[in-house]
Amino acid sequence: MPGKLKVKIVAGRHLPVMDRASDLTDAFVEVKFGNTTFKTDVYLKSLNPQWNSEWFKFEVDDEDLQDEPLQITVLDHDTYSANDAIGKVYIDIDPLLYSEAATVISGWFPIYDTIHGIRGEINVVVKVDLFNDLNRFRQSSCGVKFFCTTSIPKCYRAVIIHGFVEELVVNEDPEYQWIDRIRTPRASNEARQRLISLMSGELQRKIGLKVLEMRGNAVVGYLQCFDLEGESGLVVRAIGTACTLDKLSSPAAFLPACNSPSKEMKEIPFNEDPNPNTHSSGPSTPLKNQTYSFSPSKSYSRQSSSSDTDLSLTPKTGMGSGSAGKEGGPFKALLRQQTQSALEQREFPFFTLTAFPPGFLVHVGGVVSARSVKLLDRIHNPAFVGIMGNTRSYKLLDWNSFNSDEPETRDAWWAEIRQEIKSHAKALGCHAVVGYSESTSICEEVCILSASGTAAVLNPRFLQDGTVEGCLEQRLEENLPAGCGFCHIPYDELNMPFPAHLTYCYNCRKQKVPDVLFTTIDLPIDATVIGKGCLIQARLCRLKKKAQAEANATAISNLLPFMEYEVHTQLMNKLKLKGMNALFGLRIQITVGENMLMGLASATGVYLAALPTPGGIQIAGKTPNDGSYEQHISHMQKKINDTIAKNKELYEINPPEVSEEIIGSPIPEPRQRSRLLRSQSESSDEVTELDLSHGKKDAFVLEIDDTDAMEDVHSLLTDVPPPSGFYSCNTEIMPGINNWTSEIQMFTSVRVIRLSSLNLTNQALNKNFNDLCENLLKSLYFKLRSMIPCCLCHVNFTVSLPEDELIQVTVTAVAITFDKNQALQTTKTHVEKSLQRASTDNEELLQFPLELCSDSLPSHPFPPAKATSVDYSSFADRCSSWIELIKLKAQTIRRGSIKTTVTVEKASPMGEGNFRNRSAPPCANSTVGVVKMTPLSFIPGAKITKYLGIINMFFIRETTSLREEGGVSGFLHAFIAEVFAMVRAHVAALGGNAVVSYIMKQCVFMENPNKNQAQCLINVSGDAVVFVRESELEVVSTQQPTANCQPSCTGGEVTT
Amino acid sequence: MTSELDIFVGNTTLIDEDVYRLWLDGYSVSDAVALRVRSGILEQTGATAAVLQSDTMDHYRTFHMLERLLHAPPKLLHQLIFQIPPSRQALLIERWGYYAFDEAFVREVLGKKLSKGTKKDLDDISTKTGITLKSCRRQFDNFKRVFKVVEEMRGSLVDNIQQHFLLSDRLARDYAAIVFFANNRFETGKKKLQYLSFGDFAFCAELMIQNWTLGAVDSQVDDMDVDLDKEFLQDLKELKMLVADKDLLDLHKSLVCTALRGKLGVFSEMEANFKNLSRGLVNVAAKLTHNKDVRDLFVDLVEKFVEPCRSDHWPLNDVRLFLNQYSASVHSLDGFRHQALWDRYMGTLRGCLLRLYHD
Repeated sequence: MPGKLKVKIVAGRHLPVMDRASDLTDAFVEVKFGNTTFKTDVYLKSLNPQWNSEWFKFEVDDEDLQDEPLQITVLDHDTYSANDAIGKVYIDIDPLLYSEAATVISGWFPIYDTIHGIRGEINVVVKVDLFNDLNRFRQSSCGVKFFCTTSIPKCYRAVIIHGFVEELVVNEDPEYQWIDRIRTPRASNEARQRLISLMSGELQRKIGLKVLEMRGNAVVGYLQCFDLEGESGLVVRAIGTACTLDKLSSPAAFLPACNSPSKEMKEIPFNEDPNPNTHSSGPSTPLKNQTYSFSPSKSYSRQSSSSDTDLSLTPKTGMGSGSAGKEGGPFKALLRQQTQSALEQREFPFFTLTAFPPGFLVHVGGVVSARSVKLLDRIHNPAFVGIMGNTRSYKLLDWNSFNSDEPETRDAWWAEIRQEIKSHAKALGCHAVVGYSESTSICEEVCILSASGTAAVLNPRFLQDGTVEGCLEQRLEENLPAGCGFCHIPYDELNMPFPAHLTYCYNCRKQKVPDVLFTTIDLPIDATVIGKGCLIQARLCRLKKKAQAEANATAISNLLPFMEYEVHTQLMNKLKLKGMNALFGLRIQITVGENMLMGLASATGVYLAALPTPGGIQIAGKTPNDGSYEQHISHMQKKINDTIAKNKELYEINPPEVSEEIIGSPIPEPRQRSRLLRSQSESSDEVTELDLSHGKKDAFVLEIDDTDAMEDVHSLLTDVPPPSGFYSCNTEIMPGINNWTSEIQMFTSVRVIRLSSLNLTNQALNKNFNDLCENLLKSLYFKLRSMIPCCLCHVNFTVSLPEDELIQVTVTAVAITFDKNQALQTTKTHVEKSLQRASTDNEELLQFPLELCSDSLPSHPFPPAKATSVDYSSFADRCSSWIELIKLKAQTIRRGSIKTTVTVEKASPMGEGNFRNRSAPPCANSTVGVVKMTPLSFIPGAKITKYLGIINMFFIRETTSLREEGGVSGFLHAFIAEVFAMVRAHVAALGGNAVVSYIMKQCVFMENPNKNQAQCLINVSGDAVVFVRESELEVVSTQQPTANCQPSCTGGEVTT
Repeated sequence: MTSELDIFVGNTTLIDEDVYRLWLDGYSVSDAVALRVRSGILEQTGATAAVLQSDTMDHYRTFHMLERLLHAPPKLLHQLIFQIPPSRQALLIERWGYYAFDEAFVREVLGKKLSKGTKKDLDDISTKTGITLKSCRRQFDNFKRVFKVVEEMRGSLVDNIQQHFLLSDRLARDYAAIVFFANNRFETGKKKLQYLSFGDFAFCAELMIQNWTLGAVDSQVDDMDVDLDKEFLQDLKELKMLVADKDLLDLHKSLVCTALRGKLGVFSEMEANFKNLSRGLVNVAAKLTHNKDVRDLFVDLVEKFVEPCRSDHWPLNDVRLFLNQYSASVHSLDGFRHQALWDRYMGTLRGCLLRLYHD
């Protein structure tokens, strides 16, 4: 009996009137956990009952503690008829299972009913007594911490980043069971809510077990998703990055950091002792002790000596030897192999993180993605339906025994995709994929599985215990420049997987960089950026014929490559139009509907100082003899040039011009030439010549040969920049802005438009979709105008096609205010600095940059998209990855070196931001009870002192009186407000005052206006935290160094 | 392309003060959009009409959801659905005025029964005052709601209103007056009362609540501030002897005239009218036993005192001197035993009359 759960029901308030005669309610409460139920007394005739119950005690396995939610039902007692349910509260007790997080859950929870919404509140106190259990074969994984945050959480440091963990569980969807025909909508919704709660508990437990196996103690970047596959079931899947985290000791906890997500990390002398030996890894914390107590039989020995062995086997592969060229060559090869060895032990060297400890990310290769179209099979198991009445049978373990092949199918699908991602990354000379994510889009029985990430070379130091020797470390830091290392290409420039346009890094002049860089990660904090960033979106619709089963899947598979290509072209054009050269946080969503496919790509464009200035866009007409046409073309050209100029001004992109001249005339280096001959590609030589004649400026040529192309150009120009004082990005922090003030406003906005079926052409669709997104953004700017100057951060668009002619766009983002004056100053100094650096570099370096473009590779490294196979149980057409797309047109890439911690303070504008922020006026309204929510991993102007646990909630709301509730808008508005309220209440009950890394993962809305009905499912998650305003922190530290700053944070963290 | 659904939900509920006012004033969404366009907001922000429409709809939806909570403001403080900073909550209720009301409207319904019947007349009031029907309804419902909540409550009327509706002292006093008038059904609509403002009546109501209700003598009874002290009203009949007893009346007159001779610009008019005025004031008191006459209190005061004085062009200061002397002189009437009763009556009435005496 490893745990005792104790629950006390204190009181209720604002209950609804259940007895019309008296206008009062006779309420009582049922408290249920697993199969045990307790009841309170009936509190007669009150809307504000005071039950003040005894402690209800449940003695349970910790496995159940992890899986089961605590279920509290408030009912109205009725002597003559059945008791009426008022509503329910589900409480996830997981945060109580690890010692560092919350110790008690206590507070007012909204009482929620799936038909009526929130109906009053109930005050509950929950505690857990855990007994330590030394059984190694147990199924629970209590103590493993989960974080939604996709970077190392603020008050921790990463000792080891173990890598990818994934799991999925499958069950039948209660909504599609036969019993659903006879039960009430409420019962059906509650069955679904409970099932999903159980499944996510189980999923989390299973992932936890995997983490313990890897000897980690936490999952970072945990992303859990539901696939509502309809008839074929319900899939709950999760991915994350297993880590061994160490709680930061007190001095670091005092740093007023927070703008730069990993500011604290820098203060930690990482190279001192990366080996997390129990005895030497700094102050031992309660967490640590606990972790070890779980696996007492296995001592924390060095993982293996594999790294040493590998070092001795250096010339195993020739990968790096020929190409690295410069001084760093042999070393790089060494590094690469080390990393490789560290990663090769993993099936999938994937990381869901998007921001990294300094030094972790060595090079970035570019975006890799894979998609696959699958047909969902109806795999009904009649035997299973029979036992669904029993609550325990919801558990997946049971399901597995009945239908064992099912989860494997889904597992196999994902494994296939991950394998492809892995091979794409390899082709880019990378051993790892960072910023990795997975998603699905389901329409009827067709499902598109997508995965994407950024191929990267990582520093092995964090991946294993103690692999890097001191001398290597030294060399690294000597050789590698700051702020541009991650841009350097990781692959062999002579064996490039796709044609690309390489130049010497504009920052260090030593390594090659691509001319454009696309990534799915956040901008590394040490990256040198010129000017500000901006949100860039590519939007695309394609009609498809309605079809069934395999024909449908084939149609979709055939469309996918074209969509990817066009999305990519649009992104590239828009990026150039903005005068920028890199995209961060790229997220491409392909949504499938009955009769169309939608593609929406969002990313944050920036100008990286290390990459070359992007060339302009040139328009070429196909019929040069027509005079008026020519005039039109030149008019367009002028407009485009004006826009580029305007954007450069708007985003303050003034790259130092000195560098241009020096780089201007590239002369091929003889040594390089000789090497070209050595390479297998015979055609490379010619290509190099050809490219030289082309000149340095790679003007992007748009050919206007038909109306489609015309439309494209027009649509390029229709994107309106945000009103002055507004910036937007989809990454954590806005490049170029760093002096955030403390006002934040998180919001969700949903729009659904109905297309008139008459004008369903691709162009009309595109225009509608484009207008929808643009208008939505305009509305946001207008709504938030009182916050100017401000930036919309982490703008997250999701598109779904709920019905034939409906398009739904959901946006969640956070608006953060900043101080304009300081921003201007900072950018100025920043630009000056980079100017200086550029000029000194120019004096020192007399190397000639080389341009190289091997347009015609002998063969594709990957076969193009496979044709649809006949076997349609695994019916799949993998859409071509980015690599293929890029082959067609574009340029992406990198390689290079590592940056050092030493230079960060100078180079990073964040450092200054921090300093300034400290002097910013404190926020006046830090009232008790206010819970902040943000999709970011930090809170501006504040320090996160404690993580209380993961919030992962799933709600269903249904109505049969849609008109009375204000129509679809009224219904959904109220529901989302209620979801926010429930999230805030849970956080407050845990003792927290904010949710970070908040995400609305699903918002499935269905309506039937004719029947006056609507239903909506929402799934949200985030990390509950305690934060302290920096101003308060300072007061505490200077005035009362031994007192707790806040009752809810432990003294140890805040004091001393 | 038609927009089926369009919503914006902030973690902190966004409330636009201007739109809130438009909503309170009862404008429809399209009217509100038109008014906002006229305010020049499009030019200031560079927004389009569609954006404005969507924004206005959104705010209206939020307000509609908030309205239920505004009906019981303490709920607004404890509810969890809308995260509104406390400073904003106060603005919603008071300063930006869910509970604010229009002077023109309140004058129309002051003293009327807050019933369905009156609610039906709101159409006419709306046309007459130019206040939208929606706004009239809101104001009327506010009056009625406050009335219902405090009508049978113990303790000070103003305190109760403040506590249950979180209003400022000033606004709570106004509501107390409205409740008091509605409960006692004082006639305020007659033509000759049209010159009086809500402020005049509220002033009188406050004096009457302080001195003439049950609460004035016993603070532990229900309805203490809402109902007039019936016993007191009965006793007022005793004052009748001041005019019925001819000797007493003459003595009273001579005391007043002696004291005021040379001090009053309108002395002769006063001397000539003394008996009429005194009869008027005392008869008003004596009649207050009947509910109907209570309702006509203000009509009577204006008819019997304000109008006669005004027709003789008494300056306000002369009225004050007269009333002071008139009240004080009764203490010197040896044959009159109801000094305390007189003071309770006349003290309040004097204050009221001075307030009512203007053009």
